[in-house]
Amino acid sequence: MNTIKKILGIIWMAVALAAIVFLVNAAIQNINPDGKLDINKPMPWIIIIIIFTPIALGLALFGWYALKGEYEK
Amino acid sequence: MLAIFFKMFTAYMGKNNKNIWSVIGASSVGTLIEWYDFYIFGSLATIISEKFFPSTNPTTAFLATLATFAAGFIVRPFGALFFGRLGDIVGRKYTFLLTLVIMGGSTFLIGCMPTYASFSFAPYLILLLRLLQGLALGGEYGGAATYVAEYAPEGKRGYYTSWIQTTATLGLFVSLIVIITVQKSLSKEAYNEWGWRLPFLLSIFLVLVSVVIRLKMKESPLFSKLKSEGKTSTNPLKESFGNKANMKMVLLALFGATMGQGVVWYTGQFYAQTFLLKTCGLEATQTNTWIGIALIFATPFFVIFGWLSDKIGRKSIMLTGMLLAVICYRPIFKNLYNICDVKNKVEATSNIITCKKINPNKATDSLVVKTSSIVFTDSSKLLLTEIYSLEKLKANINTPVETKKVITLASSYQWKIVGLIFILVLFVTMVYGPIAAFLVELFPTKIRYTSMSLPYHIGNGVFGGLVPFIATLITVSPGSNYLSGLWYPMGVAAVCFVIGILYLSSKSVKSESP
Repeated sequence: MNTIKKILGIIWMAVALAAIVFLVNAAIQNINPDGKLDINKPMPWIIIIIIFTPIALGLALFGWYALKGEYEK
Repeated sequence: MLAIFFKMFTAYMGKNNKNIWSVIGASSVGTLIEWYDFYIFGSLATIISEKFFPSTNPTTAFLATLATFAAGFIVRPFGALFFGRLGDIVGRKYTFLLTLVIMGGSTFLIGCMPTYASFSFAPYLILLLRLLQGLALGGEYGGAATYVAEYAPEGKRGYYTSWIQTTATLGLFVSLIVIITVQKSLSKEAYNEWGWRLPFLLSIFLVLVSVVIRLKMKESPLFSKLKSEGKTSTNPLKESFGNKANMKMVLLALFGATMGQGVVWYTGQFYAQTFLLKTCGLEATQTNTWIGIALIFATPFFVIFGWLSDKIGRKSIMLTGMLLAVICYRPIFKNLYNICDVKNKVEATSNIITCKKINPNKATDSLVVKTSSIVFTDSSKLLLTEIYSLEKLKANINTPVETKKVITLASSYQWKIVGLIFILVLFVTMVYGPIAAFLVELFPTKIRYTSMSLPYHIGNGVFGGLVPFIATLITVSPGSNYLSGLWYPMGVAAVCFVIGILYLSSKSVKSESP
């Protein structure tokens, strides 16, 4: 079980990185001055990326702790 | 009359301060009022936009977007940090009194604000007041949950704190009842003119009652003990997030519990409503009434699962709720859609109600609006509005440029829809009922308010609050369908389940009971 926890630590770090890349990419693709939806406006994206980046870094830190065996029983 | 009521109530509270039920009552009523205040802004968003944020003005439209997103995503977690720190230094009682006053004051002032038409600075003030509401909400929940938990005897924390957990649902329920009552009591003109302000103004009376009740309460016994021994934290933020051992627990609470709880909570209570209204096209009164019935039946389960978590553990109940949500969301939402889908119904009669041309003076094109009423063999009714381009009709292109469908289902479907929503809310009660006790037990008393508030508000405000935004994002992607928006809550709940099952301990902190 402890080995699985450690290996998954790498996955959590990868998921954190992927989440940031996904959000930035989605923002670039969906911001559209002619669009009417919230996903077409820049402000929600700016707020979400600003608030989500530290959360994703938190997930990476969680993954790092898991990889280092900090959550072993 | 109000003064007599205050005196009676405070006398009662004074005599029974040691009674856990007075503690729960005082905490829950205040938290319920804060949720009520927070929700009425959302429920009255359309009229608030008309009065303060006209979409024709780019600046006010920008401020409206900021009010929607910033209040939930930025200010709530910031409020958790600000008031959490205060609560761990000054005490729980005065901190959650302060959040109540800020929330009630902001709500009351929104109700007093002159509209944009007469006061051009109003949108900025409304934005500021909405941000203050978000800030206060960020500080309230952690205080109430911590306060009750620190009074509760060991082995009953889940049961007692679960009463706090009912307040978010009841706050939504009360806000809807107040708004509907005001709407029905006034003419449409009076409501649009000044009646919409009443739910905001009412808040000040509710808050005053709650403040008087809370003033009579004593500080939590665990915090009082710490304070008398001089063992309170001098820097709760540093001890919560700068201390590796505690930071590990904060991250675990977020990614192994509140993240999944937040999306399940939001999907069951709010996304289901949006899905029925917008995706299924179910008539608004029918939607809200049936959701209301499901909420009434499901709300006691917050307490039942809170109580059960004292017997069999918090982890197993919360993670079962998440797993069931992941497995059942698609079948449940598919069922809701199929019940409303007119393709599954047999048409009995069809009548064209109106067919009129609009924009008749427009040089380039005009629109033809056709409204039809279709009755099906099962007694369901569809109101179909199709908008055609006149130019295209002349060119024999009969495809409408826009179609709006509103279906009123036969009453025979009521209990099936209510049952499906009830199951969705049941998942909410499983993940949300035990969460306060779970978070409280994860952290030591001296930094508990700060440490538990942040993961709670990131989980609910950010991960939960993102459900409609990400669902829209997925839905507009190529190859998506009406169920695709569910991948976000299902994905987050699945990741949270895996983290929870692997890394969370079933044991709770038991060394600091009063």
